[in-house]
Amino acid sequence: MTGGFTTNHLIYLLYGLWWTVVLSALAFALGGVAGFIVMLGRISRRRWLRRLTLVYVQIIQGTPLLIQMFIIYFGLGVVGIDVSAILAAGLGMMIYSSAYLGEIWRGSVESINRTQVEAAECLALSRWQALIDVILPQAMRIATPPTVGFMVQLVKNTSLASVVGFLELTRSAQVINNTLFQPFLVFGIAAFLYFCVCYPLSVWSRSLERKLNVGRR
Amino acid sequence: MRYEMNFEALLPYWQDFLSGALVTLQITVLSVAIGLVIGVLCAVARRSRYAVMRTLVGIYVEAVRNTPFIVQIFFIFFGLSSIGIRMPIITAAVFAMVINVGAYTAEIVRAGMDSIHPSQIEAAEALGLSRFQIYRDIILLPAIERVYPALTSQFILMMLSTSIASQISADELTGVANNIQSNTFRSIETYIVIAALYIAITYLMRGAFHAIALVAFPRRRRLGTSL
Repeated sequence: MTGGFTTNHLIYLLYGLWWTVVLSALAFALGGVAGFIVMLGRISRRRWLRRLTLVYVQIIQGTPLLIQMFIIYFGLGVVGIDVSAILAAGLGMMIYSSAYLGEIWRGSVESINRTQVEAAECLALSRWQALIDVILPQAMRIATPPTVGFMVQLVKNTSLASVVGFLELTRSAQVINNTLFQPFLVFGIAAFLYFCVCYPLSVWSRSLERKLNVGRR
Repeated sequence: MRYEMNFEALLPYWQDFLSGALVTLQITVLSVAIGLVIGVLCAVARRSRYAVMRTLVGIYVEAVRNTPFIVQIFFIFFGLSSIGIRMPIITAAVFAMVINVGAYTAEIVRAGMDSIHPSQIEAAEALGLSRFQIYRDIILLPAIERVYPALTSQFILMMLSTSIASQISADELTGVANNIQSNTFRSIETYIVIAALYIAITYLMRGAFHAIALVAFPRRRRLGTSL
């Protein structure tokens, strides 16, 4: 033993937690925009675009986030772009979440009855108008619970940003454990802090599912 | 700055790549197999009559599902070695994976069990089936059949998560990549090759799960509907 766990350690962990939350929010915001584009690509009328987006999604969903982080981190480095840890982590998380959010939203959009699209066409709405005014408002009800559920995955997966040197909760726990050698305590507290962020989201997602009653229609 | 991709430098390492992929597959198959058993048991326990059992399993499932895998693996690997339990890295990785897979499987299988209509169970009781028979034939197997797609994607996600075991220096695919890139200084090339290998394994697993479904759920194939 090289010393006890002090308030300073806890403050350091909370500082890590703050960056975990910041990175999660960043990943969700950027990934949401990119995910919306992925969704549009997947439901496009142009076949090549649908195929291209599908390949993108398959590549992202078929490789570990860790590898994606490494490729971005080292990749940007060798083409001469100086990558800060937050850029590599943020970009990696954005690409990762764009594929998953895109698929979640595509599923929600496609679950809207075809007759709705046809009705919109009868009203002479353009494809874009039909999407914005008819399809999306309905799809949002279906998409909300899995989207909130995905946010839990997102928060948990920011922990992988620690491997490219981004100082978030997991990294700060590692740093503290390297000096204290009390892994059960340090990683236990880290896990508890993650739980405090993720569990409310899980509960929220479940209650939304019940409230919006999506599965039982 | 122009960067020349050079994959040739990686050629001498093809055996390392292959053995890494093999280790990844082995870890996955082993932990999914054990995790499935634990998950099913937990799912049954979560529907048990005894509140204590339900609560205990509930705590386990929620604790695992709401914390990152990398923290779990650090907790287990460094934790156990700090109290003097030394085990091979792969064993520790599989141990952490089993705990993780078990919780996710439990939740998925439970959802499947809850979707079995009570009338099915009443019908089985009316036919005089025993409790064990009812659980096996009326609840469990149809439940697993129903949630099979969800289970499959969860297991593939688990396979991708084995990459995290590289952080406790397990020599699976990502661990191998870390070594190769520090030997060759060809980091992006290495990770691109590794990414391709992971995609290959993903497809391999999907094919395997599809084949298992064809054998295990012949009824669904014949009807061509999802129950």
